[in-house]
Amino acid sequence: MNILTLFVVIPVLTVAGILFTKDLKQSRLVSAIGMTAQLILSAILVYLYVTERQAGNMAPMLFTFDALWFPALNIHYAVGVDGISVAMIALTGVVVFAGIFASWKMEFLSREFFISLILLATGVFGFFISLDLFTMFLFYEIAVIPMYLLIGIWGSGPKEYSAMKLTLMLMGGSALLMVGILGIYFYSVPTGGQLTFNVLEIAKHKIPIEMQRFLFPFTFVGFGILGALFPFHTWSPDGHASAPTAVSMLHAGVLMKLGGYGAFRVAIFLMPEAAHEQAWIFIILTSISVVYGAFGAIFQKDLKYINAYSSVSHCGLVLFAVLMMNQTAFTGAVIQMISHGLMTALFFALIGMIYGRTHTRMINEMGGLMKVIPFLGVVYVIAGLASLGLPGFSGFVAEMTVFFGAYEHVDLFHRVATIVAVSSIVITAVYILRVVGTLLMGPITDKHFLHLEDANWYERLSTITLVIGITFIGMAPLWLSDMIHFSLAPIIAKLATIQLPGM
Amino acid sequence: MNSYAYTLLIPLIPFFVFVSVGMAEDKLKGKLGGLIGTAGLGIATFLSYFTAFKYFISDHVAGTGYTSVKAFEITWLHLTDKLTINLGVLIDPISVMMLVVITTVSFMVHIYSLGYMEGERGFARFYAFLSLFSFSMLGLVLATNLFQMYIFWELVGVSSFLLIGYYYEKPSAFSAAKKAFIVTRFADLGFLIGILILSFNTGTFDFKELTNPHGIAIASMGGAAFMGLSVITWALIFIFIGGAGKSAMFPLHIWLPDAMEGPTPVSALIHAATMVVAGVYLVARLFPVYSQTGPAALQVVAWVGAFTSLFAAVIATTQTDIKRVLAFSTMSQIGYMMLSLGVSKYGGEDGLGFMASNFHLFTHAMFKALLFLGAGAVIHAVHSNDMNDMGGLRKYLPITHITFLIACLTIAGIPPFSGFFSKDEILSAAFESNKILFGIEYFVAGLTAFYMFRLYYNIFWGHDRHYHHTPHEAPLVMTVPLMILAFGSIFSGFLPFHNLVTSDGLAFESHIDWMIAIPSILVGVLGIAVATIMYKKENALPDKVAASFSFFYRWAFKKFYVDEFYMFVTKKIIFNYISRPVAWFDRHIVDGTMNGIANLIVFVSFNIKGLQSGRVQQYAFVFVGGVVAMVLIFVYVL
Repeated sequence: MNILTLFVVIPVLTVAGILFTKDLKQSRLVSAIGMTAQLILSAILVYLYVTERQAGNMAPMLFTFDALWFPALNIHYAVGVDGISVAMIALTGVVVFAGIFASWKMEFLSREFFISLILLATGVFGFFISLDLFTMFLFYEIAVIPMYLLIGIWGSGPKEYSAMKLTLMLMGGSALLMVGILGIYFYSVPTGGQLTFNVLEIAKHKIPIEMQRFLFPFTFVGFGILGALFPFHTWSPDGHASAPTAVSMLHAGVLMKLGGYGAFRVAIFLMPEAAHEQAWIFIILTSISVVYGAFGAIFQKDLKYINAYSSVSHCGLVLFAVLMMNQTAFTGAVIQMISHGLMTALFFALIGMIYGRTHTRMINEMGGLMKVIPFLGVVYVIAGLASLGLPGFSGFVAEMTVFFGAYEHVDLFHRVATIVAVSSIVITAVYILRVVGTLLMGPITDKHFLHLEDANWYERLSTITLVIGITFIGMAPLWLSDMIHFSLAPIIAKLATIQLPGM
Repeated sequence: MNSYAYTLLIPLIPFFVFVSVGMAEDKLKGKLGGLIGTAGLGIATFLSYFTAFKYFISDHVAGTGYTSVKAFEITWLHLTDKLTINLGVLIDPISVMMLVVITTVSFMVHIYSLGYMEGERGFARFYAFLSLFSFSMLGLVLATNLFQMYIFWELVGVSSFLLIGYYYEKPSAFSAAKKAFIVTRFADLGFLIGILILSFNTGTFDFKELTNPHGIAIASMGGAAFMGLSVITWALIFIFIGGAGKSAMFPLHIWLPDAMEGPTPVSALIHAATMVVAGVYLVARLFPVYSQTGPAALQVVAWVGAFTSLFAAVIATTQTDIKRVLAFSTMSQIGYMMLSLGVSKYGGEDGLGFMASNFHLFTHAMFKALLFLGAGAVIHAVHSNDMNDMGGLRKYLPITHITFLIACLTIAGIPPFSGFFSKDEILSAAFESNKILFGIEYFVAGLTAFYMFRLYYNIFWGHDRHYHHTPHEAPLVMTVPLMILAFGSIFSGFLPFHNLVTSDGLAFESHIDWMIAIPSILVGVLGIAVATIMYKKENALPDKVAASFSFFYRWAFKKFYVDEFYMFVTKKIIFNYISRPVAWFDRHIVDGTMNGIANLIVFVSFNIKGLQSGRVQQYAFVFVGGVVAMVLIFVYVL
C-alpha cells in the first residue's frame, strides 16, 4: 500500500478499534497506540522523503498514487507529497499525539470524544496528502464536521453558540471555496479536453485571466476564513474559548493551517496572475490581522481569548507571507505555520492543564503559580518566549524568514506593510509578558492554589513533545528550511515565466 | 580549521553548564550548581586569557597590524538567495578584548555569588541563568556577522530579563524585568529594521565583508536617499537605536535604574560591565561602515552619548538608593564611550576616539563591577539599599571600604588609576572634534567625582545608624573578587591600548596631553572637594543646597519625569486609546456584523415561516390568488 494512504488508513482503523472499547482506559489506550503509530509513520515519511530527494529524485511530488473513483466528473483519489506537505504532516502527527495525551482524563463520553477527535485528524491528514481538489475538499469537510460535535458536546461556557458560530462561518468559507474549486475545474483545461481536479495538471495550464480575477477572491477568502483572516476571524476567539483542550490544540495547531496551506497550494499556485493583481487588498487585510490581533490580545483577560487573538496575529503573518509571493516569504509562511502550530498547541495544552487545576481561566484571578506548579510554569514561560520570537525557538526562524522575504519587495507599499508587520514583535512581547507576569509571578493570590499538584506523566509527555519540536526547529532550522525551499521550485518557476503586470 | 578553532569552546562551555544545571536544578543540593557554573566559567576565562595572549602577543608579527580571523563557521539558515545566516567565531582585537572583559567580570561574579547568594531559593537556577547570560554575551561578541549578533542580542536580553526577575515573587522585580525586556525589545525593532535595510542594500551580513573599508559592501552603499540622508545612514541610525536601547541611552534608558531590582552580582555583571556596553560594541563593530558611509549617523551617536552622560550624571547627584546612583553613573560613563565613538574617525591617529572608547569600556568594566560588588557587600552587611540607612561603615568593612575608595578615585579620573588614562583619551578625542561636546564632558567629569564621593562619604563616613546587628565584613569568597578587580582598576590604565585595539588594526602613537589632563584632574579634585565639604561630616549644607535649587532638584530627583511620561503613553494612550477600542471594535463591529447576519437570517426565516403552514386551504387560496394576479398582469400589463 502507498505510504501516504496509510496516513488515512491508520486513523480509520483506530476509530474502528475504539468502537470496540468499553471505557475511558481502553479507548484512550487505543487512541494513544494509533496516534503513536501515526507519529512514527510521520517520522518515517520525513526520513524517506529526505533520502529520496538526496538520491536525486526531482519530481515535484513524491510517493504519488492515483485512482479514479468518480469517472463522471473525473474525480481521482490522487495523493503525493512535496516538502511542504511532508512538513505539515509531521506537524499534524506531533500535535495529534500531544492532543491525545492532553485529553487523558476525558471522562465524559470518552469513546465518542476520541472517535470525533481522530476523525478530525483523519480529515487533516487526508487534506495534506491530496492532489485532487475535490478529494481535498472532501477531507476538509471531514475535518470541519467533527469540530461542531466536539465543541457542542464537550465544550464549556456558551458552547452551543460557539459551536454553531464556528461551524456556520467555516461552512460559509466552504461555500466560497466550492465556487472557487468548481470554477477552477471548469476552466482547468482551457485548450479543450477532459476537465480535471488534479492540482498538478491544472498548474500546467493557465486559467484565463478574467476567470482568475473572479475566482481568486472566492478561493482565497474561503481558505482565509479558516486562517482567521480579518475581518472573518471572530469564530476563532469564541470557538477556542469554548472548545475542550485537545480540540483547541488541534484546531489552532493544524486545522487553521489548512487555510494557509490551501491559500498557497490552490489560490496562489493555480491563479498567480490574479493573486499578483489582487494581493494588495489582502496584504492590507493581513497586515491589519497581524497588528490588530496583537492589540486585541493585550486587552483580554481570559487565557484562551488571549491565545486566540494571538493566533489571529500569527496566522495573519502566514497569509501575509503567502501574499508576498517570493521564495523566501513562502518558506517563511510554511515555517510560521509549523511553528505556530506547535506553539499554540502547547499554549492550549497548558491552558487546559492550568484550568483543570485552578478552575478559572481569568488571569486576574490567578497569580504566583510558578511557585506551586513549577513544571507547567516553566513550560508556559518557554511557550511565551517562543511565541514572542526568541532565537533558539521556531518562531524566530519563521518570523525572520517572513520579514526578510517581505522586505525583498522594493516598492513603498510593501515596505510599509512589512514595517507594520515587523512592529508586531514588540506588541507580542507586551501581551505575552503581561500574562506570564500576572499568571505565574508575584505572590500567590489564592490560598487554594497552595495545594495544586504539578504536571502528571501524561501532561509532561504531551508538553515536552511540543517543546522538543519548537526548540529543535529553532536551533537547527536548516533541514526544514531547505526541504521547503526546494519544493517551491515549481511555483517559483511558474511565477518567473508569467508576465506579471507592473513588476 | 585553524589554530583558533578551540575558541568555540569559550561560549559552548557556559551553554552546556546552563543546560545541565538548568535541567537538574532541583536535584543539585547545596552549592553544587554554583560550583559547576564557576568551574565552567573558570575554564572559559582561562581559554580567553590564553586567546588574548596568543592573539596579541605570541601570534603577532611585530610591525604588522592585527587582522581578523574566522575561527569557525557553519551555515545556520539560507535566508534569501543572497543572504545566508552563519554562526561562527570571529577573532579580532575588539572581540578578544571583550572576551577578556566578559570572562573576567563574569568569573568574579560567579565566585562572589557563591557567598552573596548563599541560602537563596533557586541557587542553582541563578547559576544556570548566569551561564546562559555568559553564553549569550560571548556569542554576541564573537559573532561573525550582523545577524548572529542580533540572535545573541536577543538572547542576552532574555537572560537579563530572567536575572532581573530572579526574585519573581516580588512584583516590583518582575515588573522591572518586564520593563527592561519591552523597552529593549522596542529598541531591537529599530535594530532589526536597520539590519533589513543594510543587508538588502549590501547583500551580506558578514562583518568581514561589511566593514572592509575598501570592500564592495561599503562601495555599493551610496544608493538612494530618503529625507536628505542616504538610505545607509538611516540603516545605521536604526541600528544605533538598537544599541541605544541595550546601552540605556536617553530616551531608552528608563529600564536600567529599575533593573537594579535584580540581585546585586547580576547588576555588576550585566547592568554595569557587559550587556549594557553591547551598544558600544555594536557601533564599534560596524565602525568602518559608520565612519565611511554615515557620518551623520555618527553625529547622532556623539550627541546622544554626550547628552546621556550629562543627564544621567545630574540625576545621579540626587538619588539615595546606592545601586541607582551606580546605575545612573553607568549610563553616564557609557555616554562617554558613545561620544568617543561618535567623534572618532577611521584609521591611524584619527581613530583616537575609537581606541579611547574601547579603552574606557575596558577600565569601566573593572571599576564599575568593583563598585557594584562593593555595594553588594555593603547591602549584605546592612540589608538596605538606601544610603540614609548607612554611615560609618569604614570601621566594619575595611576591605570593602578600601576597594570602594579605589574604585571611586578611578572613576573620578585621578591618576594613576586607570580611569584617568581612558577618560583623558576620550577628552582629547572630543577636544579635537567639537568644543561643545568637550565642554560637556569636562563638566560631567566634575559631576562624576562629586556624586561618587557623595556616595562614598554617605556609606563609609558619618555616624553609625541603628543596625539590626553589627555589620561585618563579607566572607573571603566575596572580598577576594573585590581585591582582584581593585587590582584591575589600578593597573589596567597602563595597558597599551593604542597598540592593540585601534580602528584599523594598526598601532599608533598616543601620549597624554597634559594641557587637557591637568584641568581634568583639577575638575575631578574639585568635585571630590565639594563632596568632602558637604558629606564627610553630616551638616545642613546638602539640604540648603537642595532647597536653593528646589525646583531643579525635584526634577532631577524624579529623574526628569521620563518614566511618568512613558507610563502616560503606554498605560493611558496605548492601552486605553488603542487596545481598548480594538477590543471593543472587534466585539461589537466585526463580530456584531457576523452576529447581525445570523440574527437577520433568523429574523427573516421567523417571519416567513408562516408561509409553510401545511394548511391546504391556505395553499389553495394563495394558488388561486396567484393565478388571478398573473392573469391580470398578462391581460393588462403586457
